[in-house]
Amino acid sequence: MLGYLIRRILAAIPVMGVVALVVFLLLRLTPGDPAAIIAGDLATPEQLERIRTSLGLNEPLHTQFLTWIWKILQGDLGVSLISQVPVIKMISQRIEPTISIALSTITLAILIAVPLGVIAAWKHGTWIDRVVMSLSVLGFSVPVFVVGYVLIQIFAIEFRWLPVQGFRSITGGFGPFFERAILPTMALSFIYIALIARITRASMLEVLGEDYVRTARAKGIGEAGVLMRHALRNAAVPVITVIGTGFALLISGVVVTESVFNIPGIGRLTVDAVLARDYPVIQAMILLTSGLYVTINLVIDLLYTLLDPRIRY
Amino acid sequence: MAIDTIEPSSISAGAASGPRVSLRPSSTIITIAAICLIVVVASAIFAGFIAPQDPQKLAPAMRLKPGMPGFPLGTDAYGRDLLSRILYGGRISLMIGVGAAVVSVTIGLAIGLVSGFFRWADAIIMRIMDGLMAIPSILLAIAVVSLSGASLKTVLIAIIIPEVPRVVRLVRSVVLSVREEPYVEAAIAIGSGLPKILWRHIMPNTFAPLIVQGTYICASAILTEAILSFLGAGINPETPTWGNIMAEGRAFFQIKPSLIFWPGVVLSIAILSINLIGDATRDALDPRMKQRKAGK
Repeated sequence: MLGYLIRRILAAIPVMGVVALVVFLLLRLTPGDPAAIIAGDLATPEQLERIRTSLGLNEPLHTQFLTWIWKILQGDLGVSLISQVPVIKMISQRIEPTISIALSTITLAILIAVPLGVIAAWKHGTWIDRVVMSLSVLGFSVPVFVVGYVLIQIFAIEFRWLPVQGFRSITGGFGPFFERAILPTMALSFIYIALIARITRASMLEVLGEDYVRTARAKGIGEAGVLMRHALRNAAVPVITVIGTGFALLISGVVVTESVFNIPGIGRLTVDAVLARDYPVIQAMILLTSGLYVTINLVIDLLYTLLDPRIRY
Repeated sequence: MAIDTIEPSSISAGAASGPRVSLRPSSTIITIAAICLIVVVASAIFAGFIAPQDPQKLAPAMRLKPGMPGFPLGTDAYGRDLLSRILYGGRISLMIGVGAAVVSVTIGLAIGLVSGFFRWADAIIMRIMDGLMAIPSILLAIAVVSLSGASLKTVLIAIIIPEVPRVVRLVRSVVLSVREEPYVEAAIAIGSGLPKILWRHIMPNTFAPLIVQGTYICASAILTEAILSFLGAGINPETPTWGNIMAEGRAFFQIKPSLIFWPGVVLSIAILSINLIGDATRDALDPRMKQRKAGK
């Protein structure tokens, strides 16, 4: 187990190395002077020179890369070109809304999608199955911002039940946080529900055909017991896996959802950075989210042994 | 609106004997999806004949008007006809979808064949692909667009880069299983050259999964274009695309929600149809593939 853990962590290093290289080369391989790209058309020569020095653009390419990597390893993600604030500080100031929305989305999605998938598999071939699977195809087809605006139109504008936009920290009381978090959570979880329900159903269908499920039924165990204790437990591994790989979907969803609902999180920070061409911020966000993605999937790999003791490394 | 196409009306319950792993859309749903897609594609191609107005003609006096004769869906913030813009917008959006699918499948096929067949290349290529796949595709795409400037070409490149690794993995997995087949061994034994083995014996096996993957890429590229435009990192707003129209409608959402609603509906119907046709193709081409995952 420990050996596997070490091997797995070592395997993540080249992946992150490639991510860093891509992020690094993205700016350098773009045609034109990187400093001019960042500074825009109206930059003065002094501004250009300042950017060149701060990015080390006058150095040879490999020196630039190594210096940059070395700084990142020390936790220095650079300074925003617009606000001159360290990027790491900007991100930490705005990460709370994103984490709250992301966590509530994952929770809501699992709570809705897993039962839906189980029921669809249990009643497979019936209209219930059809409806669940149709909703799942729909979830992949409607852009998250369209879902968001439809929800705003219905719940905030027509019925006036909920605020249109904004965010309140949970530290300022649960009520104000909750009423502003409902709509973004619903919008964001739509595609996630589609994804998880699909996999749950597929995985359950496979397990429900197994002999031990028939045995369990033959022993006279109630359907609920068969589904939950015998089937779902064995069907869990693919479901957990997709929750991890779906994290990438969640990230892009967050970027869009925060723009729709005007939530001051890191997704919004990224979009603002893109519009302002604040490259150090974009760079840091890509590194951060990719690192998170790799870490989450690593943790999930390790969780398998807990879920399914048959899996040994 | 979009939900109409998948209304669970014609169900032959319990038709299958064993457990079915994927949804097999009924033929009625597939027919409806195909008709929807044909209508959307045709209206984009023939936009010049159908569109009631010039999609780029500004008319300040006509700002944000509701539907009226000559302007069936009303006008946008610059007085341009919404319906005409949606029709013309389909051209760019569908072009991006098809373009992204063709290019990423072609590039992915070439890299995947090499990676699957040559062990020395495999390790390096797959590490690079793993790294690319770890980057959330939207972030990679907006970074590319923000650096290179928004044009049709950069948007297309930005959408293709994150899709290629998925194609590579798919092709590689097919090659890895096929290269052990007796007929490949036989081809090697009778002295066929390497290009011929790859081209004649191995590559054809990848076509069925690639066609399916291509339809999913097409759908997801249209969606990504819409998201990029929506975030302000898309094609120049003067050229209508479905994403652009919605992006411009954002500011006027409370006054005129239909500026987002109608393009959203058309976009969703198009993507839904493509996804359903992809599912059907997958089932028709190879029953074994039903276990593979759709979506991203």
